[in-house]
Amino acid sequence: MRAHSYTVSTRTRTSTYAAIVAVCLVIAAAILPAFADRGLIQDLFFIFTMLVLAQFWNLLAGYGGLVSVGQQAFVGFGAYMLFGAVILAGWNPIAALLLSGVGAFVLAIPTAFFAFRLQGAYFAIGTWVVAEVVRLIVAQWRAVGGGTGTSLPRDARDAMWGVEWIETVFDVRASAARDILAYWLALALVVATIGGIYWLLRTKRGLALAAVRDNMEAAQSVGVDAARMKWAVFLIAAFGTGLAGGLIFLQNGRISPDGAFSVIDWTAFVIFIVVIGGIGTIEGPIIGVLVFFALQTLFADYGSWYLIVLGLTGIVIMLFAPRGLWGLISDKSGIQLFPIRRRLSGVERAGPSSSSMEE
Amino acid sequence: MIWVDTIVQGILLGGLYALFAAGLSLVFGIMRLVNLAHGDLIVLAAYLLLVIVTMLGLHPFVAALVATPIMFAVGYGLQRHVLNRVIGPDILPPLLVTFGLSVVIQNALQEGFSADSRRMPAGSLETASLPIGPVTVGVMPLLTLFTAIGVILALQWLFYRTSLGRAFRATSDDPVTASLMGIKPQRVFAQATGIAMIVVTIAALYLGTRSNFDPSIGPARLIYAFEAVIIGGLGSLWGTLAGGIIIGVAQTLGAAINPEWQILAGHLAFLLVLLVRPRGLFPRATD
Amino acid sequence: MALLQTNGLTAHYGDFQALFGVDITLEEGECIAIIGANGAGKSSLMRSLAGVLRQDPEMVVLDGQPIGSLHADDIVARGISMVPEGRRLFPSLSVEENLQIGAYRSNGSGSWDLDSVYAMFPMLKERRKTPGNALSGGQQQMVAIGRALMSNPRVLLCDELSLGLAPVIIRDIYAALPEIRKAGASVIVVEQDIGQALKVADRVYCMMEGRVTLQGKPGDLSREAIHKAYFGVGE
Repeated sequence: MRAHSYTVSTRTRTSTYAAIVAVCLVIAAAILPAFADRGLIQDLFFIFTMLVLAQFWNLLAGYGGLVSVGQQAFVGFGAYMLFGAVILAGWNPIAALLLSGVGAFVLAIPTAFFAFRLQGAYFAIGTWVVAEVVRLIVAQWRAVGGGTGTSLPRDARDAMWGVEWIETVFDVRASAARDILAYWLALALVVATIGGIYWLLRTKRGLALAAVRDNMEAAQSVGVDAARMKWAVFLIAAFGTGLAGGLIFLQNGRISPDGAFSVIDWTAFVIFIVVIGGIGTIEGPIIGVLVFFALQTLFADYGSWYLIVLGLTGIVIMLFAPRGLWGLISDKSGIQLFPIRRRLSGVERAGPSSSSMEE
Repeated sequence: MIWVDTIVQGILLGGLYALFAAGLSLVFGIMRLVNLAHGDLIVLAAYLLLVIVTMLGLHPFVAALVATPIMFAVGYGLQRHVLNRVIGPDILPPLLVTFGLSVVIQNALQEGFSADSRRMPAGSLETASLPIGPVTVGVMPLLTLFTAIGVILALQWLFYRTSLGRAFRATSDDPVTASLMGIKPQRVFAQATGIAMIVVTIAALYLGTRSNFDPSIGPARLIYAFEAVIIGGLGSLWGTLAGGIIIGVAQTLGAAINPEWQILAGHLAFLLVLLVRPRGLFPRATD
Repeated sequence: MALLQTNGLTAHYGDFQALFGVDITLEEGECIAIIGANGAGKSSLMRSLAGVLRQDPEMVVLDGQPIGSLHADDIVARGISMVPEGRRLFPSLSVEENLQIGAYRSNGSGSWDLDSVYAMFPMLKERRKTPGNALSGGQQQMVAIGRALMSNPRVLLCDELSLGLAPVIIRDIYAALPEIRKAGASVIVVEQDIGQALKVADRVYCMMEGRVTLQGKPGDLSREAIHKAYFGVGE
């Protein structure tokens, strides 16, 4: 008789090349401020932060099966936590970023408590209701501008950690230095996000997550604690979304309830990015954000028509190519840049040592 | 006395919310589909009514008779050609398609009609009022509540006393076996959405004559409708009416304390019910 | 010309082939039985006849008309009605409503209506307002049969009537068959219970692994032949 030793592996040759390319890209991005003009830095900031939001929404919906149309609650709350800490407690804005994430994490607890009482589409609308409630309550908070909003105080802005250093090293004005600082933070955040999500999906927990999404009862029957997984994913996504929200409005310098809790900016656009790029994959949102950025640059001046085209594109993709652009590419070529699929390889060994174990 | 008046106003407001919610409840009951564009379809119907009223010079109530078959066709076509493709065990496609639809409708209306607020004049009915006991109620809000009750009675009759209603219930239970009875599930779904659009048109009539509307108010109507359905319990039309009234009363009570708190009060009431009765007040026994 | 026949009927579920060129015929007024073990392909055959599994048009022919590619709802209109495996009553409908929905797309006039179904199964009339799934297995089977009759079919397909029922109940159910045939329906019965199948059928087909392995009149077939055709091994 033969003995087998099995190994489970995920790496492919393409993915190894892709990893090397990715590292090079990150290094290039890090030193970019030395050469690039301010416009490019700002554009990349937008791309990075939207990508972070998209990756977390994708983690929730594509992997966790939790479709939320209320993530703007965490964007806004995270941003307001930052502004609140700076304005009311004199925190340095960079330090306050951590509070954005933590604050959103804390908000996610009662949110999940209520929202998980609902299923499917009703869960989705439930998250929207919570976002509305948070928006309406925050709009009563006079200290941070109430319904009309407020700006980040000038002295806090100038005191942001690292701004002075950037001004001298890159020989730029304060406002450009702030953009570079925000850019680096966004770069760090997007690398951490994608790296973290990829790592998560490669662990046992990631497999469990996919199992819960596909068939909760079957997953539970093999010992997966489905409720715990959903909570974990929801809270993690909230943390990341809040952090991104804080960063976005830190760079912006100004906040208002309608802007911070905008369904269009922080949910509709994010959903379209993920859907058009390809839901349920890490590569999908990357492609999606690039396509979205291109569309935004070309058509944003056309106001409503732009949104109509975006909406129609999302509908068409969902009807005819539900796995998005990356799904089309991946299906045709079989390529996975972030391979998660596990392959089982078995090695057969024949010999006297194994056969003596029988009988 | 002011509290009695507030509560009565809330009940009447609830009638409007129940009208918003009835179409949503109907479609979900039959095909487990939640149309995120539901509120925007109400607004679309309101604009349709506006066009008919301005072009043909009809009274809004008469215009509704003209708009109803048009909206039925819109619902039928939408279900038949778009939504039927995404009904199934996966919740993502219908959610995303209807979300996309919501964005498209809002912005198309914006392009077509601009973001200005509109309203439909209803003549003398607008300001007419009726004294009932200790309070005076407006005729329009009263009419809205009675219409909501009437619509629900009609839907109940349709569901439980007609052959079509039997087909709806059977298809909702088991589409494959329903086809063994000679029922075409695809067509049943399309008819259901068409009927839901008739209810939407009626809701739009009362929305448009009661207050100002513009292309962006759809999502808020969806949320009120959804809250009413959840509070009432999935699968119960009378529950939806109760849910609408609860939201309405919560809102008017909140507004009486502080006008800025009106909408928040409605949401908080919803969350409270969700907390103590997650399945709603009158949930269907089987689901 | 046979009332209903299949020509080289094949069926696939994805990569899995369930039927390999099955030929059966049903003459007007006949009752035929299809017997075979689990997985033999009996259900796939019934679903193809009922339109749940759509085929090439010529593979299923009714009265000379090719119907293989029609949807289930159109097949009902042509006069083929199925009593599905597992009864599958509608839980949201009462007994009476389950019967009524059977007539949704009626084949025209005929002798079956609520009164005649209640006459055949009197205990259903007592429970007409009960929800469909609150009945015992045997009563549900009666409702399912009545429901299928309400469209006045020319061909009645009975998929595993005896499944999950006690022998006494099975006898009562099958006792209704002669009356159904007398009223004008030709019947195809799918059964795992060989004894019952042989008792009611004019002709028998035995299937194994997607093929017809034996056919003939019950009286002409030996026990050994049936066993071999059913199980594939000698006794």
